[in-house]
Amino acid sequence: MSLEIIIQTLASGILIGLIYALVAIGLTLIFGVMDIVNFSHGEFLMFGMYSSFWMYSLFALDPMFTLPLTALFLFALGTMLYKLIIKKITNAPMLSQIFTTFGLMMLFRGLAQFFWKPDFRTVDHSIVSGAVQVFGIQVGMPQVTAGVGAILVTMGIYLFLTKTRAGAALEATAADKEAAQLMGIDSQKMFAMAWGIGAACAGVAGALLSTFFPIFPEVGANFILIAFVVVNLGGFGSVIGALFAGIIVGVIEVMGGFLIGPQYKLALVLGLFLAVLMFRPQGLMGKQ
Amino acid sequence: MSLLRVESVSKRFGGITANQDVSFEVGAGKIVGLIGPNGAGKTTMFNCIAGYAPPTTGEIWMNDIKVSGMSPEQCARAGIGRTFQVARTFTSMTALENVMVGAFLINKNVGDARQSAARLLSFVNLGQFRDKPAGSMTISEQRRLAVARALAVKPRLLLMDEVMAGLNPTEVRETVDVVLKIREEGISCLIVEHVLEGIMPIADAIVVLDYGKKIAEGSPEQVSRDPKVIAAYLGDE
Amino acid sequence: MNIQDKTVISAHELLAPDSHGNSSVKYILLALCVLAALLVPVVVKDPSHQNLAILILMAAQLGVAWNIVGGYAGQVSLGHVAFYGLGAYTSTLLLTQWGFNAWVAMLCGGLLSAAISLIIGWSCFRLNGHYFGMATIAVAEIIQIIFTNWEYAGAAVGLTLPMDQQGWGSMIFTDKAPYYYIALGLLLVTLAVNYWIEHSYLGYYFRAIKDEPDAARSLGINLSRYKQIAFAVSSFFTAIGGSLYAQKELYIDPGSVLHTGLSIKMALVSILGGVGTLLGPVIGAGVLTFIEEGTRALFGGSGRGTDLVIYAALIVVIAVYYPTGVMGWIKQFFARRKAVKAQKEQDVQEAKREAA
Repeated sequence: MSLEIIIQTLASGILIGLIYALVAIGLTLIFGVMDIVNFSHGEFLMFGMYSSFWMYSLFALDPMFTLPLTALFLFALGTMLYKLIIKKITNAPMLSQIFTTFGLMMLFRGLAQFFWKPDFRTVDHSIVSGAVQVFGIQVGMPQVTAGVGAILVTMGIYLFLTKTRAGAALEATAADKEAAQLMGIDSQKMFAMAWGIGAACAGVAGALLSTFFPIFPEVGANFILIAFVVVNLGGFGSVIGALFAGIIVGVIEVMGGFLIGPQYKLALVLGLFLAVLMFRPQGLMGKQ
Repeated sequence: MSLLRVESVSKRFGGITANQDVSFEVGAGKIVGLIGPNGAGKTTMFNCIAGYAPPTTGEIWMNDIKVSGMSPEQCARAGIGRTFQVARTFTSMTALENVMVGAFLINKNVGDARQSAARLLSFVNLGQFRDKPAGSMTISEQRRLAVARALAVKPRLLLMDEVMAGLNPTEVRETVDVVLKIREEGISCLIVEHVLEGIMPIADAIVVLDYGKKIAEGSPEQVSRDPKVIAAYLGDE
Repeated sequence: MNIQDKTVISAHELLAPDSHGNSSVKYILLALCVLAALLVPVVVKDPSHQNLAILILMAAQLGVAWNIVGGYAGQVSLGHVAFYGLGAYTSTLLLTQWGFNAWVAMLCGGLLSAAISLIIGWSCFRLNGHYFGMATIAVAEIIQIIFTNWEYAGAAVGLTLPMDQQGWGSMIFTDKAPYYYIALGLLLVTLAVNYWIEHSYLGYYFRAIKDEPDAARSLGINLSRYKQIAFAVSSFFTAIGGSLYAQKELYIDPGSVLHTGLSIKMALVSILGGVGTLLGPVIGAGVLTFIEEGTRALFGGSGRGTDLVIYAALIVVIAVYYPTGVMGWIKQFFARRKAVKAQKEQDVQEAKREAA
């Protein structure tokens, strides 16, 4: 096994890991602010992919250009979902919460299949198509763009949370909802915002993926489990934690798959998940 | 010899020192009040004694058993019962069933547990609420239910956390009556309380905490005249 | 005080099992139901209808089994299919490769699953709510991956049971009726165990752990130990249900007995009918099967997955608006009627007093 192959695998792992991180950031934001695990988070990614696909397919618009639009759509979807449904179960027993988001997951997949059929779609030609040679290894341009995009968005979210008033309000609500309310921060607005941003992050990940990953109704299933692992490893509620954890998980998945066989990739990642849950449940940077 | 001995207990977590070098004793069959301004570390002390938070340093002894470091369920078996600031009754069960859960520690037979539970409900004057769902009882009733439930494990020491808070004078008197009856049974009570007019008249001894440290200990009369105690409470106003 | 105050009953109260419903009317009703159930294969002769009845019984049994740990003890396992599959594979392998008697093999599957549940529980029970649920999903997925790649267990192709080895020893029949009675018997046994637990100290401990774990600890309850007990009993019966599936279908593979969707269904049956109630899962199984078959019959043919959309929408509606399920709705209905009657009587008394 040559050095070149190792670097190649490492690069693939990091790049896909960055996408995982982006999906996980949305999930961790929602959990951090309101302690709800959104089992339908993978479907935000799926909608992001379809959003890019349809604008490409119907209007010949490149996913890279329609990315901000996709982000907006998903932001709207996220906040609307909160206001219409999630709001009703904020204080419900855990079983209700779990099954509401689980039901939404199934509903979204079902709707996607109903309206857009189960066929696999692809974005065949984008400005980022093709491959590129970097330091002697071959990487796909879409993958690199996706990775860079993921880093940029993550940084953006981080800056938003730390440097803006709205972001600070969000963090305050995540830390102590009652105290934040006493300071005049409207929890409802914060929750809606968390869902909006969370959905938008997954949507952007979907847009970035659409240039090289097949698009189909069940695509969220591939990512939701891994997103859980990343959120858990990074620490529930930590954005930076999710970034590092995403990279680690991506690398482990790709390298592990290469070393012991691709059919065991997921088992390896899930094994890591269980190990973290048992031995370091707060993850790398978790708050609890 | 005293029933409970708290020896130089300190509790630190997350950069906060909740209790610092606190020592006191509770004699058998005595009522001891644990008072102090908000944030003095009273509930943390309870959590240390009842096994929910092991002391960072120091030891806690029940007779000749070291209870510091034991889990809450082990502490219960060692004879420590407790109530919580929020009553935490089992809302899916009736009052009787709530107390039965406690009784099962002593005897796993359902019929026997039911009898013990019924007796304890009468003891705390909740006999008529036997079949009432715990969740539909008033706060004061739920607090007394929690006391009955804790008594069901046959503790030798009962920790009561602000059991009189927010009650009207009649309810306070009812609670005081129950506490006195508990002492008559030979069970020691360590009571965290803000409602001083409830605890001062009945306590055999008072321990005062402020900012995690013990600042006074003695009879209620001694403590109420102690200038340090007065300063601590006035400073809190 | 108006009607609304009296009839606002928390979900928690609705979910409390009847501890004092000892009237003979209840027992007579129960006996009639069992009798009716016993007569179904005699009255219903169409094999596809018989099959439907068996499916309902099996779904009910799995729901009751899940309910023990998920509904009563409040430990929401979303990976229960792991035990279902373990039971199915264990009994099938013992039967086909080792010549075991089918009943013994089934029991072995149950015991193995219980043992595995102890391992899972030991590592995962200190995790609270959401985390525990996710851990169980992860475990089930790992087990599915293992079996998909394990040649001895047939890997992705799966295992078949010999159709020619018929009889009660191998639990293989051409006729559906014996399967019906086995499924009914299994359901009744699982219900009986659940009933016994509910009325013993275990039942009280489970509910205490679900309601207020910290308070439960203060009463001497070792949380892990009792969660384990619930988990082990639950997994045992789930595994046996899996074995029965294998015996009936004569073919199992990872997709049919280790699929995460089945975990959801086992929990859903209880939620639909009423978690933490004895008969909730039975009702839930009936309702769910009818909805499934109904939507499939009405909408399924198009291949657009309309039935799945409706199914999913239903889950969301129930989770949000009817978390106490059918049993909860029934209890609420009767409680409201009682309160209305009481209010009416009170009004009458007041009117009498005023007139006097």
